[in-house]
Amino acid sequence: MTVAQNHYDAIVVGSGISGGWAAKELTEKGLKVLLLERGRDIEHIKGYTNAFKEAWDYPHRDKATEKMKDMHPVLKREYTLNESTYGMWAREDESPYVEIKRFDWFRGYHMGGRSLLWGRQSYRLNEADFEANLKEGIAVDWPIRYKDLAPWYDYVERFAGISGNRDGLDVLPDGQYLPAFPLNVVEQSVSERLKKAFGGSRHLICGRTANISQPKPEQNRVNCQYRNKCWLGCPFGAYFSTQSSTLPVAMKTGNLTVRPFSIVTQVLYDKDKKRARGVEVLDSETMQTYEFTSKIVFLNASAFNSTWVLMNSATDIWEGGLGSSSGELGHNVMDHHLNAGAFGEIEGFDDKYYFGRRPTGFYIPRFRNWGGDKRDYLRGFGYQGAASRQGWQKNVAEIGIGADLKNALAEPGTWTIGMSGFGEILPDHSNKISLDRTVKDKWGLPVLAMDAELKANEIKMRKDMMQDGIDILEAGGAKNVRGFNGECHPGKGIHEMGTARMGRDPKTSVLNGFNQVWDAPNVFITDGAAMTSASCVNPSLTYMALTARAAAYAVDALKKGDL
Amino acid sequence: MDRRDLLKMIAAATGMAMVGGDLWAADLKSADAGKALFTQSDIAFLDEIAETILPKTTTPGAKDAGCGAVMAVMVADCYDLPQQTIFFEGLKTIKALAKKQFGKDFMQLTAAQKHELLSKLDQEAKQASGQTPHYFILLKQLTLMVFFTSKVGATEVLRYVAVPGRYDGNMPYKKGDRAWAT
Repeated sequence: MTVAQNHYDAIVVGSGISGGWAAKELTEKGLKVLLLERGRDIEHIKGYTNAFKEAWDYPHRDKATEKMKDMHPVLKREYTLNESTYGMWAREDESPYVEIKRFDWFRGYHMGGRSLLWGRQSYRLNEADFEANLKEGIAVDWPIRYKDLAPWYDYVERFAGISGNRDGLDVLPDGQYLPAFPLNVVEQSVSERLKKAFGGSRHLICGRTANISQPKPEQNRVNCQYRNKCWLGCPFGAYFSTQSSTLPVAMKTGNLTVRPFSIVTQVLYDKDKKRARGVEVLDSETMQTYEFTSKIVFLNASAFNSTWVLMNSATDIWEGGLGSSSGELGHNVMDHHLNAGAFGEIEGFDDKYYFGRRPTGFYIPRFRNWGGDKRDYLRGFGYQGAASRQGWQKNVAEIGIGADLKNALAEPGTWTIGMSGFGEILPDHSNKISLDRTVKDKWGLPVLAMDAELKANEIKMRKDMMQDGIDILEAGGAKNVRGFNGECHPGKGIHEMGTARMGRDPKTSVLNGFNQVWDAPNVFITDGAAMTSASCVNPSLTYMALTARAAAYAVDALKKGDL
Repeated sequence: MDRRDLLKMIAAATGMAMVGGDLWAADLKSADAGKALFTQSDIAFLDEIAETILPKTTTPGAKDAGCGAVMAVMVADCYDLPQQTIFFEGLKTIKALAKKQFGKDFMQLTAAQKHELLSKLDQEAKQASGQTPHYFILLKQLTLMVFFTSKVGATEVLRYVAVPGRYDGNMPYKKGDRAWAT
């Protein structure tokens, strides 16, 4: 291999939601790009081996076996361990991590990353989300405001295809949407009751989701077929993923080279120029090490792994790695806390049912500490939920066994409605990740140690997440309403954020307002690591917007000779 | 929205025993028993129990769905050791009860006798309280799960459309219309 073949205009590390966007934007602007993925390739459609399987096609009807549980002590904590998505989540035995405090870490180590597995809910942060840290004296101020990101939200929404309504709520800014996936008759009824019950301060709206309700022929994507099997990979390309959306566009430019099985072990740092000159790659199959050089590097390895790469880079200059001069690298771990909410039954709709399986449910945007409301904690939460009629799983205590039981279970049961809050976690310096050099992964690389927990603000908020859920469902007409406030450890939301935050000052932040590492301005991080605060809305759409914005800035700066 | 979480939550709230052992996930290692745990006659026995719980009527029953064989695989691979123990003790108890009450092997009982025997166990199980589930709860829930996730159960007893292609959230329903499998 000659040196020339190892040089690119840009290197993108990671092929998930933000990495795919970086590859698309940079190649479309004419850069020769190398996209590095640590795991195997998964081809669009052809690689979705379970996409057309039914429950009865799985030997254990999609349940985890005891053997699987033994092998996956983390995955078994959640729905993540089952037969249909087996092999799609990173293996703990090959890629362990240390839990100083419990952290449920669910990773996608393959082409497309978690873009193949994500929940697809797509919301914009609002104006207050970007100002709250400054106003409340929490952590540091975001270096950008909503208006800086708004045109980029427009841009990524149009391309990705987000279905939703323009609801006209300042707490949840409207975007560029395809028609919404509608509420069902019971959700509609609850929505109308809520409008009256809370004086227009609480709203139950259609979930905004990155599933397309209309076809996108220019991207060869067919509209949603209402199978609700998104996490198996969609053979119709009906939800946004790297494979369905960004990768094909990037490939078409002829400017993209993709290299799977490529673990980036460090950013190569030139201390004279104070710039990165490329990355070091460990081929996970051959154990060979390679150097690839480039003018710019985009780290999109997922929040904690982008930070892991920095921690392993330029350690001869900074013991804690590239970006550690701020004292904030690895700190301010965030996620969304969930598993608190309510559920109940709805009467009066026994003559109604539904056809098809939507890829989303309803959303109730944040109403706490909003408008005139003031609580004994900061920030707030939104709810995600759905109403449906019980199926064969329903409990028919009065019927024993035999023909009567079979007949009873063959008919739909009571309408139920349930929802869980998604709460904001404050950035806290003491919530952190660090390198544990005593523990090594399958490739001999040091692993991350997790040391993060829910703090007083979140624990107070969870009481409201349960009680408000009860109040909302009761006001919505539900009966037998029960609240829940269950166990929740960081990571459960699979929205890990922070550890290389954006800011205005290199002394207190790792990245500047265009996601450049202060200590190496040709290195950009535009995944969850960059988040200065978490908001309470699902974050992926914001990573897309941050990535497109940073890519445009990077290409401009390259042209001007600034990088 | 994570509907899988929601379903789990609702199942827990309505007091359903979760097949697969989430509620009693013990730290004990599972016996790596494999399918060898069950003989052909065990599977035939499971088939009879399942058929008694969900019999053939105008629509197919548990035997038509081949429930016994799948139940054996589920118990061997997805139950932990304490659950397997409860399950096997339960099967022994049912065999003994058949002998005691009817003087016959369970497999020789008439459909009505099997129904009578298992109905009593169903009542007993519903009234049982304790840290561990009654064996008949396990048997019944496993039967239901295996049956309604089978092709026969999902498509001939319930309704299933693989590719709906559209959504209607306000579809008329009349009593007797079948439920969706999923």
